[in-house]
Amino acid sequence: MSGVMPAGGRLTAREAGLASCHVCGQLARHVAHRALRCPRCRAPLHLRKPASVSTTWALIVASAILFVPANLLPMMTTSSLLGTQRDTIMSGVVFLWRSGSWPLAAVVFFASIVVPLLKILALAWLTASVQRRSRRRLMQRTRLYRLVEFVGRWSMLDIYVITLLVALVNFRGIATIEAGPAAIAFGAVVVLTMFAAMTFDPRLIWDPLAGPDDLARHD
Amino acid sequence: MSLTLPAQTLACHECDLLQTEPALAPGQTARCVRCGALLARNPPDSLDRTLALTLTAAILYVIANAWPLVGLDMQGRRVEVTLIGAVQALWSEGMTPVAALVFGTALLFPLLELAMILVVLIPLRLGRVSPRMAPFFRLVRSVQPWGMVEVFLLGMLVSLVKLSHMATVLLGPAFWAMAALILTVTLAGRAFDSRLLWQAPPAGAGA
Repeated sequence: MSGVMPAGGRLTAREAGLASCHVCGQLARHVAHRALRCPRCRAPLHLRKPASVSTTWALIVASAILFVPANLLPMMTTSSLLGTQRDTIMSGVVFLWRSGSWPLAAVVFFASIVVPLLKILALAWLTASVQRRSRRRLMQRTRLYRLVEFVGRWSMLDIYVITLLVALVNFRGIATIEAGPAAIAFGAVVVLTMFAAMTFDPRLIWDPLAGPDDLARHD
Repeated sequence: MSLTLPAQTLACHECDLLQTEPALAPGQTARCVRCGALLARNPPDSLDRTLALTLTAAILYVIANAWPLVGLDMQGRRVEVTLIGAVQALWSEGMTPVAALVFGTALLFPLLELAMILVVLIPLRLGRVSPRMAPFFRLVRSVQPWGMVEVFLLGMLVSLVKLSHMATVLLGPAFWAMAALILTVTLAGRAFDSRLLWQAPPAGAGA
């Protein structure tokens, strides 16, 4: 690994009046109130992701609401000769634990319950701290954002499990599995939290260091 | 509108700090001095390796979708499913939003990603650079987070463990193709240097 030299002290692109392209990284002079495009790859240019804080909040609130039915409603219904059984996400984890596959029970518990919940809480904390223009724990917050972005996709696990169970357990008259309404709510939670992580702009964490800025209002 | 800057000045995409990107020897990476974000890498022999791995991945993708992934044998009654078959089962049950989500993340977006990378890299390898390829690369970037084949593979393992007590579990050829697909796509991602796309290639590029 090789070090990178700061150019002209500690100056951010925005302080220098430059916008960096989110696709190709090209720097270009920013003009307020003008819809600009990257001179190199033609992607729309912004100093910061537009309306990052309000969009992220909207997505966090929506996913927090949907997280409730995702956990309370049945995820799948198993019909067999022994009767009908409805399973929520948590009872699916309990089933795996009791049948002796506790490593998988831990994986599913983590991917389906811990990750979405922590993701909602972490993004809420990040967005709130950005709104307060907090200058504390910049590095920890940046690392937390990277973690949220990285682990988010693994929440999709239970959606895939249910898809395969429905397709495989299709023995008419002996046993069938059907997906329950929680699958839709849970899928929506995963998609909405992924969008929330994408609309959050990590550069906002570092912006308070640059001092008061009028430019921030006109992203 | 564009500003003349020293060629190696860049802004960190995570904290916006302006800094100079050093010349990187093959295999070296540059990180942001302030927040540690990965700014640039110089993977050796990037274009050829990425292209070879992506072509391999495309072949594996076809196998992973054309053959059955997994199956169950329950007292002589056998069920085998392909990826698209599993999506259809959900769809016909009325779970259309979930079926669409699985179709997109496990089938369509990984395919788009592979196709777009090839559309961009093959002309580059042949020494033809056209500004028209920029939108394709933007599409690759927006589709990438939504391809989740590796999560799907783990989901398959979990569902097979859940079923192993009631039936004999069978692994199809597509299962192994999918595992290999994940490996090659990961290696292709590591071999790829996006700066190739934006820098004028030297004469006789890739030779």
